[in-house]
Amino acid sequence: MKDETEPLSRRDAMVVLASAPGDVLERLWRESGLPDEGTALRGPETGLVALRGRIGGGGAPFNFGEATVTRASVKLPTGEVGHAYSLGREREKARISATLDALRQRTEFAPDVNAKILLPLRQSSHETDEQRRAETAATRVDFFTMTRGED
Amino acid sequence: MYVAVKGGEAAISNAHRLLADRRRGDRSVPAITLDQITEQLALAVDRVMAEGSLYDPGLAALAVKQARGDMIEAIFLLRAYRTTLPRFGHSRPVDTADMLVERRISATYKDLPGGQLLGPTFDYTHRLLDPELAGDDQAEDPATRAPEDQPMPRVNEILAHEGLMEEDEVLSEGEEPTDITRTPPEFPMGRDARLQALSRGDEGFLLALGYSTQRGYARSHPFAGEIRIGEVEVEIDVPELDFPVPLGRIRVTECQMVNQFKGSKKAPPQFTRGYGLVFGQSERKAMAMALCDRALRAEELGEDITAPAQDEEFVISHSDNVQATGFVEHLKLPHYVDFQAELGLVRQMRREFEERRNAAERKEAAE
Repeated sequence: MKDETEPLSRRDAMVVLASAPGDVLERLWRESGLPDEGTALRGPETGLVALRGRIGGGGAPFNFGEATVTRASVKLPTGEVGHAYSLGREREKARISATLDALRQRTEFAPDVNAKILLPLRQSSHETDEQRRAETAATRVDFFTMTRGED
Repeated sequence: MYVAVKGGEAAISNAHRLLADRRRGDRSVPAITLDQITEQLALAVDRVMAEGSLYDPGLAALAVKQARGDMIEAIFLLRAYRTTLPRFGHSRPVDTADMLVERRISATYKDLPGGQLLGPTFDYTHRLLDPELAGDDQAEDPATRAPEDQPMPRVNEILAHEGLMEEDEVLSEGEEPTDITRTPPEFPMGRDARLQALSRGDEGFLLALGYSTQRGYARSHPFAGEIRIGEVEVEIDVPELDFPVPLGRIRVTECQMVNQFKGSKKAPPQFTRGYGLVFGQSERKAMAMALCDRALRAEELGEDITAPAQDEEFVISHSDNVQATGFVEHLKLPHYVDFQAELGLVRQMRREFEERRNAAERKEAAE
């Protein structure tokens, strides 16, 4: 895992926001004191994304279903535009995520967006994933070969 | 002749009111919540998402509740809902080699790289009903162990360098995969369109067909090369951003079925593969899908088509349980006029039959 205080790339920030539980994001957003001044350029709106896999895992793409996705685009009074996309139907989560994507483009807000929202969310999702990995690892099969008593 | 039939409005309205009452059941029992369904009936939710062809656990749970646990009705509800939403685009193909794995097993390699991880499986349980679950069961916390940071390549990559395992076919640049939800299926289909149909196909139907291939109807000597379950990242390209936008993760089950292939005029003897990829933790379905995928490649691989599981038009046309239930259940709708017409016809045929018999009897008596 990267340094705890290093600013995240725009894409990494979107990874964190897209996978964040909506209620946790809303709480961190309320507690952050960041300005909620964006106006909606688009959405929040829910639609579908066709999901693709690859034939055989690594071959030609094929469609194997769809997922609900909610997106939003927000513009700050100072002109920065933020975008957000995430699986599911949580509109407030999309609106907040787009606002954060815009706010982190402003040098005076970027450190707070990072420290108060993105890093705690990333830390908690990292812990959840590590816990799941450790639980799965406990079900690893350790094979051993029986010695046949025929000597 | 078409005769409009009116009436029954009050009966229908009261029937729906009665349905709502029976769905709720005994009021002294607490109503089931969607969280309870997604958490505790998770595999039912997964099946509804897979065959409803829409990944959204909350909506699938609602569908299960609304349908009183009738899976095909719930799948129908989810399919109907998806038609109300606009489509934003398509994802980049998910990379199953980069999965956050929750289960991964192979029946062909004991010591495959990354190891065998059983995960939350019904396998090796004794299938004895557990009376403790009848109460408020307090499950133990799972055991943990430090994970090994090994990559987990897909099983086909192990034999690939010897050329003994067929390689993945690649589409030429710029070629778009078929989408059977946008263009009506035409036969013969490409493998991409078949896989899309199989991924949303009815688990029971595909299971029976897969089973038939094992019993000798299109024998294909399958091995479960690998089954993996876990979460994969989903990304989408959008015009407003110059990098693939992450959407979050979805849980999928992938099955690589490995089949002996004796070779053809063009291809040397090798192992071929059937592929399954299904939403959620849906192991049986992914295995059945992979068996059917392999059987349906008969023509491509120059095999004789002798069995139902190899007949593309038969399999794909009957694999969709929403279509199937629609056509079977429409038989409940009023067919009064059709039936009156057939009744008239049968009466006439019966009259003619009697006349012929009577004439024959008279002739016999006269002789």
